[in-house]
Amino acid sequence: MKNLSYIFLLLIVAFGNVTAQQTPAKNQTEAITITGATAHIGNGEVITNSIIIFENGKITNVGTNGSIATKGKVIDATGKHVYPGFIAPNSTLGLVEIGAVRATDDDSEIGGFNPHIRSIIAYNAESKIVESMRPNGVLIAQTTPRGGWISGTSSIVQLDAWNWEDAAIKTDDGIHMNWPNPFTRGRWWLGEDPGFKPNKKYQEQVTTLTDFVTQAKATIKSKVGNENLPHLAMQRVFNGTQTLFVHVGTEKAILDVLRFAKEQQLQKVVIVGGDEAYKVASQLKQQNIPVLLTRTHSTPNYEDDDYDLPYKNAKLLVDAGVLVALQNSGQMERANARNLPFQAGTVAAHGLEKEKAVQLITGNSAKILGIDDMVGTLEIGKDATLFISIGDALDMRTNQLEKAFIQGRDVSLESHQTKLWKRYSGKYSR
Amino acid sequence: MGSILRAQEYFPKNDGVKTSNSNYTVFTNATIHTSPESEIQNGMLIIQKGKIAQVGSGLSIPKNSIVIDLKGKHIYASFIDPFTNFGIQKPKRQGNPFGGSPQYDATREGYYWNDHIRPETNPLHEFKYDKKKADEFIKAGFGTVNTHMPDGIIRGTGLLVALNNEGTEGDRLLSDASSQLLSFSKSNKSKQIYPTSLMGSMALLRQVYLDAKWYANNNVDYKDLSIEALNNNKSLPQIFEAGSRINGFRADKIGDEFNIQYIIVGGGDEYARIDKVKATNAKYIIPLDFPDAYDVSDPYMANLVSLGDMRHWNQAPSNPSVLQKNGVQFSLTTHKLKKIGDLSKRLEKALKHGLDKKTALAALTTIPAQILGKENVLGTLKKGAHANFLITSKELFSKDNIIYENWVQGHKNIVNDMNTTDITGSYELSVAGKTYDVSITGKPTKPKAEVKLGETKLGSKITYTNDWVTLTFTDADTSKTQYTRIVGAINKNPKFWTGKAVLPNGSETSFTAKQKPEEANEASKKKPEAAKEAPKVVSVTYPNIAYGNAALPKSENILFKNATVWTNESEGILKETDVLIKNGKIAAIGKNLNAGNAKVIDATGKHLTSGIVDEHSHIAAAAINEAGHNSTAEVTIEDVVSPDDINIYRNLAGGVTSIQILHGSANPIGGRSAIIKLKWGESAENLIYSNTPKFIKFALGENVKQSNWGDAERVRFPQTRMGVEQLYIDYFTRAKRYEQQKNSGKPYRKDIEMETLLEILNGKRFISCHSYVQSEINMLMKVAEKFNFRINTFTHILEGYKVADKMATHGVAGSTFSDWWAYKYEVNDAIPYNATIMHNQGVLVAINSDDGEMSRRLNQEAAKSVKYGGVSEEEAWKFVTLNPAKMLHIDDRVGSIKVGKDADVVLWTDHPLSIYAKAEKTLIEGATYFDLEKDKAMRRSIANERNELSTMLLQAKNSGLKTQPPKKKEKQHFHCDTVEHIH
Repeated sequence: MKNLSYIFLLLIVAFGNVTAQQTPAKNQTEAITITGATAHIGNGEVITNSIIIFENGKITNVGTNGSIATKGKVIDATGKHVYPGFIAPNSTLGLVEIGAVRATDDDSEIGGFNPHIRSIIAYNAESKIVESMRPNGVLIAQTTPRGGWISGTSSIVQLDAWNWEDAAIKTDDGIHMNWPNPFTRGRWWLGEDPGFKPNKKYQEQVTTLTDFVTQAKATIKSKVGNENLPHLAMQRVFNGTQTLFVHVGTEKAILDVLRFAKEQQLQKVVIVGGDEAYKVASQLKQQNIPVLLTRTHSTPNYEDDDYDLPYKNAKLLVDAGVLVALQNSGQMERANARNLPFQAGTVAAHGLEKEKAVQLITGNSAKILGIDDMVGTLEIGKDATLFISIGDALDMRTNQLEKAFIQGRDVSLESHQTKLWKRYSGKYSR
Repeated sequence: MGSILRAQEYFPKNDGVKTSNSNYTVFTNATIHTSPESEIQNGMLIIQKGKIAQVGSGLSIPKNSIVIDLKGKHIYASFIDPFTNFGIQKPKRQGNPFGGSPQYDATREGYYWNDHIRPETNPLHEFKYDKKKADEFIKAGFGTVNTHMPDGIIRGTGLLVALNNEGTEGDRLLSDASSQLLSFSKSNKSKQIYPTSLMGSMALLRQVYLDAKWYANNNVDYKDLSIEALNNNKSLPQIFEAGSRINGFRADKIGDEFNIQYIIVGGGDEYARIDKVKATNAKYIIPLDFPDAYDVSDPYMANLVSLGDMRHWNQAPSNPSVLQKNGVQFSLTTHKLKKIGDLSKRLEKALKHGLDKKTALAALTTIPAQILGKENVLGTLKKGAHANFLITSKELFSKDNIIYENWVQGHKNIVNDMNTTDITGSYELSVAGKTYDVSITGKPTKPKAEVKLGETKLGSKITYTNDWVTLTFTDADTSKTQYTRIVGAINKNPKFWTGKAVLPNGSETSFTAKQKPEEANEASKKKPEAAKEAPKVVSVTYPNIAYGNAALPKSENILFKNATVWTNESEGILKETDVLIKNGKIAAIGKNLNAGNAKVIDATGKHLTSGIVDEHSHIAAAAINEAGHNSTAEVTIEDVVSPDDINIYRNLAGGVTSIQILHGSANPIGGRSAIIKLKWGESAENLIYSNTPKFIKFALGENVKQSNWGDAERVRFPQTRMGVEQLYIDYFTRAKRYEQQKNSGKPYRKDIEMETLLEILNGKRFISCHSYVQSEINMLMKVAEKFNFRINTFTHILEGYKVADKMATHGVAGSTFSDWWAYKYEVNDAIPYNATIMHNQGVLVAINSDDGEMSRRLNQEAAKSVKYGGVSEEEAWKFVTLNPAKMLHIDDRVGSIKVGKDADVVLWTDHPLSIYAKAEKTLIEGATYFDLEKDKAMRRSIANERNELSTMLLQAKNSGLKTQPPKKKEKQHFHCDTVEHIH
């Protein structure tokens, strides 16, 4: 105890100057009307001179400015842009604070089959990284565990909350499975060629994974002895009330996942990553399986690939009729999740229509995550989770938020970072 | 035959009377190929006591001779392999590579401070004549091999060994100091950590040479057995195992600095840059390990194989012929072949690909002999040379040639019995009233038989040894298991032979076998002549991978019409303006310029800027961190620039034209950097800026104190920021002392590390320092001020905003990330407003990448400074162009669009800071290195060529050739905290 309080004292000394996160905003009490903005609906539509009204946290009206009477507080956003809050799927936001500091790391449990492990439990609503999302328009995230064959269960949170319970907008939305890789890397320390080669154990690993699923089904069917937590945690995937997110990249493995989904009669399957999904787009479309695509800001996997393959990858899928949204897992994924809008912008730079690029981080993401009844578009009845930017929010220069609302609450656009900015700007102007 | 060889005459003998044998063996009537260039028809070779006594024609045969008639046969000198580890085991690596704390000090005492420098190694102590392996070499035609201990950077001397199975070690060992062997790889005998990188190996080699000179010229008061050995080995042939074309260049560069011409053991990929290979003036030792065909039958798996690797499969067999055509002298080696016996097949392939037979022979005989300085006694057939020679049925390398015998030091090794009578042919075999048709095919020494009775084919087995044929065959009635056996001697007459037959019932009788006349079976022998067209070899590109150019892009005169021009000069952003590029320079800027002979490009609606400069990159390098010491000022990235990195092309596609490849941040004093232009396809030297000031990487914080390296890494000083300061003070103080000694006129030991630090103190080299938190930033400025110099650049500098005023006073620039943070504790206070605050305080600011992905879209990163803190667009654009150019002291050449500067420009489809902008054309010195349209065409040609090569690979597989599974080569993406591994 003595040691603990000593450490606590140190922490206070270390962080004493810097207050914790921004205070979460109060509930909406008064109707708010935004007029004159270009409204990017999130379903591909755009209203250039719009009116948007929301009350008690819900959107109550959307239309062309002038066609509907304003209500409550009016915000004149002429010349500005309104977007539904951007959504960051497959993220470890709130699960890890500082990558290199193990004590702050809660994203990966030991063990191979962890469907019972729930990310929402470790979600840190007061993370400094979480608050840094809002100034860029990222207002919703799917907080997702990592590791193992089955990493665990994700939940969907809004990014302005006192605690995880308040943050959750959909608890335990899906289970995340890491499909085996048909390729494996040589172990250089054993003198092997360090490149990639076919994984000889691929089939064996697929069988291991499939066996777990069939075992879980058997457990769930039985009336007795069903205290197996990992098995039981699969139940909602089998009855179609929970999505199975399968993390997989290469062409052949995706085809194997499609077969697996059919054989196991899984109703909701989403491909996460899917670097080569564009090669099997017609099969994906046929089986109605969407893709949370590997990050746009990445380098091509193969030397011979088109330099812009990651940039145009989403467009290839959209063109083929596959439902696709962007996600940002990978190196420094948490801090960089705020750049999601610019990843969508990059897709637009490489050929996708701009409003369709907006869909990649709004309407499509909500559909894929199964939260499109609440968020993702500026439509009547949905949460007033939206923001006003002075310009095109997919472009760095003009992604400058004036206001952001989550469930109608006027959230702070300040952060640890803006505070330091002001503090040190102030230092030099004294 | 052992008796021919003499025991040394002063050896006592207790098991009999002392004898000697001075008889001659005389080979007559042969075609004697005394060298690749000369032959003697009907020649005579006389050997005695393991040496050639005489060679010529019409010689008189001494009385005490054994005469062997070789009519119709050929004699050649036996082959020499100059690079093997015959009879010497490579030591196993010590322990678990991840286990325990790293070892910084040497294991040995009395030797050089680095365990990987082992010139004193005389492998004789570990040499064990390997008769089994020797037989493999002998069968393949070798008489002599040079062997060594394949371990360490300087590996010690080579042993030249005659493959004389009957002799004693005293007979066989032609030299125990035939050569000195070197490589870039560390010894497995020690876990001493330095060097961890290729550039570390290179720096170490240089320092060893300097130390050897110092040791030789001065009275040092200590003993260094390594250096003494190195100095003793100086005059030996220096054989460097480079293992690849580019490492060959790296070795040659070191050799040039110290007036040593290495003999380079190549990688088999020399063909792709043959002009540069030739320019080394080195002799090469070339392996023949042509890659097996990739098995591309599963298209999903085939994706792994890059076009570059497919090409190498296709092109590698032409390597020897390309070397030959370009006049590069080379020896061949069996090094890297899985079996020595594969040599003949590989040679056949190389010959099919245009290697000349004479060159092949020279590469196996005279050239290796010259390399080893043994041309008087090996490699040719002349008086006094070792009696090492081959007897063959036909000319070497011709189809169906058979090596009969390989004599080594006068000792006969039978490879294929030349006295074997050729019994191949068709026979009428008569046994007990039945007549069988027997067809004997295959090698004369290993025939195969087919026996037919009428139209019925019978099961059969033939053996043929020592002139005796036995043939067993089944009965025509297959319902019974019974055999007829015949056995007979040929007696040099295959036309008609007889012998005993044992019938199925056990009774004995005789048989006769009568050869049918040739023409009778001519028809059956006539196989369709294999199509003899030369194998198709696809063209080499620069570099020789996907997106390489068939020829290097050339500078053109170009007029960009009607662009929005971001000058970065006082003129600001000019609308509807023309820019003329001439002779690689910006020649004019203005309205309605006259094109003259220049190509006109309509840039209406587009933006023209100077090329992006990345102050902090790690692409295009074979190594990034030398992590073996806390200071590694002796290493330089210039040694390890990799011009074949696809990221160069991808960066061009992002509008980048110049980058600084920085050493990593594994130590407080890192290595020197390379500042290059991304001239895709050029050689490493041609990428590097010449005549510009040079830089070195320093680093502070968690990386240098190894905070995130695990608990085993707590043994290297410094482990705290406090220690980091003292380390700098220590090194700079020592550098000052070194300078005093150097300037005193007294002898001094030249030290590359100290020389580099002196350059810093004297303003000839500039520091770019990896830094995060304000305390350490402040500290380094104070250290520099104490030693009267300035820090040029803080890179990363994520807390620069906290000390921006101090930075401005010191005059240091800040090259930062736009918005990275939260990946480790020291970046907890990193903010995206950093660039803005520093800029507002008068600090010269750049945005850098440190990342091969982000560097492709630095224009976007610059634009974030508009978002975070409201920097003007014009200034934000300078963050990735003019400002980094100033930091690197290359702004006299690049960084703005100004008449007289290099024409390193980018044409953008849109406002360059816009997310929607794409680089349409990227030029360096007036040559177009990236062009959207050309890129599209390349994609098509890559697809076509992949398809063509895949078909060839499938053909190879279907023709029964050996294949290998698809593979993707490791292409590591470096960041500044990447510690790579060398084995």
